[in-house]
Amino acid sequence: MSAVFEPIIGRYFTLTLGGRPNRIFFEEAGQGIPLVCLHTAGADSRQYRHLMTDEAITEHFRVIAFDMPWHGKSTPPPGWQDEDYLLTSAAYTEAVMAFCDAVTADAPVVMGCSMGGRLVLELAAAHGDRLRAVVGLEAADSQQPWYDTDWLNRPDIHGGEICAALVSGLVAPQSPAEPRWETLWSYMQSGPGVFRGDLHFYRQDSDYRQRVKAIDTDRCPVYLLTGEYDFSCTPQDTQRTAENIPGAEAVTMTALGHFPMSENPDHFRGYILPVLEKILGQPLS
Amino acid sequence: MTSVDDVDPHKQIRLIPDRVNANPRLCHRGRFFTSDIMIEIGDTPYYLRINNGRIDDLSEGPVLMRPWAFAIRAGESAWTAFWQAMPAPGYHDIFAMTKFGAASIDGDFHPLMANLRYVKDLLATARAPEAGR
Repeated sequence: MSAVFEPIIGRYFTLTLGGRPNRIFFEEAGQGIPLVCLHTAGADSRQYRHLMTDEAITEHFRVIAFDMPWHGKSTPPPGWQDEDYLLTSAAYTEAVMAFCDAVTADAPVVMGCSMGGRLVLELAAAHGDRLRAVVGLEAADSQQPWYDTDWLNRPDIHGGEICAALVSGLVAPQSPAEPRWETLWSYMQSGPGVFRGDLHFYRQDSDYRQRVKAIDTDRCPVYLLTGEYDFSCTPQDTQRTAENIPGAEAVTMTALGHFPMSENPDHFRGYILPVLEKILGQPLS
Repeated sequence: MTSVDDVDPHKQIRLIPDRVNANPRLCHRGRFFTSDIMIEIGDTPYYLRINNGRIDDLSEGPVLMRPWAFAIRAGESAWTAFWQAMPAPGYHDIFAMTKFGAASIDGDFHPLMANLRYVKDLLATARAPEAGR
């Protein structure tokens, strides 16, 4: 049986965040415009692996995805064993901008999904002059909660099972079994309390309904793509957000849910390639 | 292609016991789950007796003083939409339906959350026309 290698290369480095060293893992493929990808809450950078093996993209973009501290192959900071992980808007912004400064020389495009999609709105507002564009997948300036996050981290319920079982309903029914279950697998692998800690940012510390009005899309274009089956961040949430950002483009994607890049990468291609072509200013070959 | 008109939720729910019990993986997933739960379709309660992942009984109510751990309630049109082979957005998951007001869940949430994948898969077995995905 022959081995089939992928072009994705991963490595580690240490980044000081919040005054503490954090060993960060990231992976990348391609050359050109840096495209920094932010994973969803309670997951990791593997969600973007399909973009990194798409030659139409990697011919023009350096696709980079990193695991946030506590996630994937990035370790929690020293002392984590005696604290609860609770992500804040300030800490998330610090981590992403520090990562971009450390790893990219040119102004990057930042693409985030779910909580990452939420954050790119803040990045566009606060750091738009340092970014080429932002892409928000399943992104909105705020949203209505649909469950109590305390169920995600308690000793009498399996954390991996409940995280995956909850978000399973956010995957579109059309998404094929293999990428659907790979998407859920990463939720099953998340550390205890990490998904819940991310949702602290998402629920309690990122109401950007006023903040998005500071975005200047002439300096930092904003593209928003949301799947029709996403009932967490609904297409209506995204459309409402876009209406408060003059110049923002919002598209509702059919037959996709909350994890478009990983739950059905082939179908998502039809939506993300036109966005990347606009950012590039030419067709992708 | 099954259309909305072909799905009668009062018939679909009766498919659940045989389809669950014929699915060894699903029964295995529920091997630690023993409980009585209630599914309400419109005004009609249905009681499911689950025994270590197998379904011992489905009975139509109301039955006076019949206890249950938790209840999932929705109208006939919502269950009809939910049990389509390819449900429309908003009707593809019980929490989508609760968020948008088409369904409600009450009772003891612990057995539901501890066995959530099993319960979701159990409900999905009634999707038309084939067994749940």
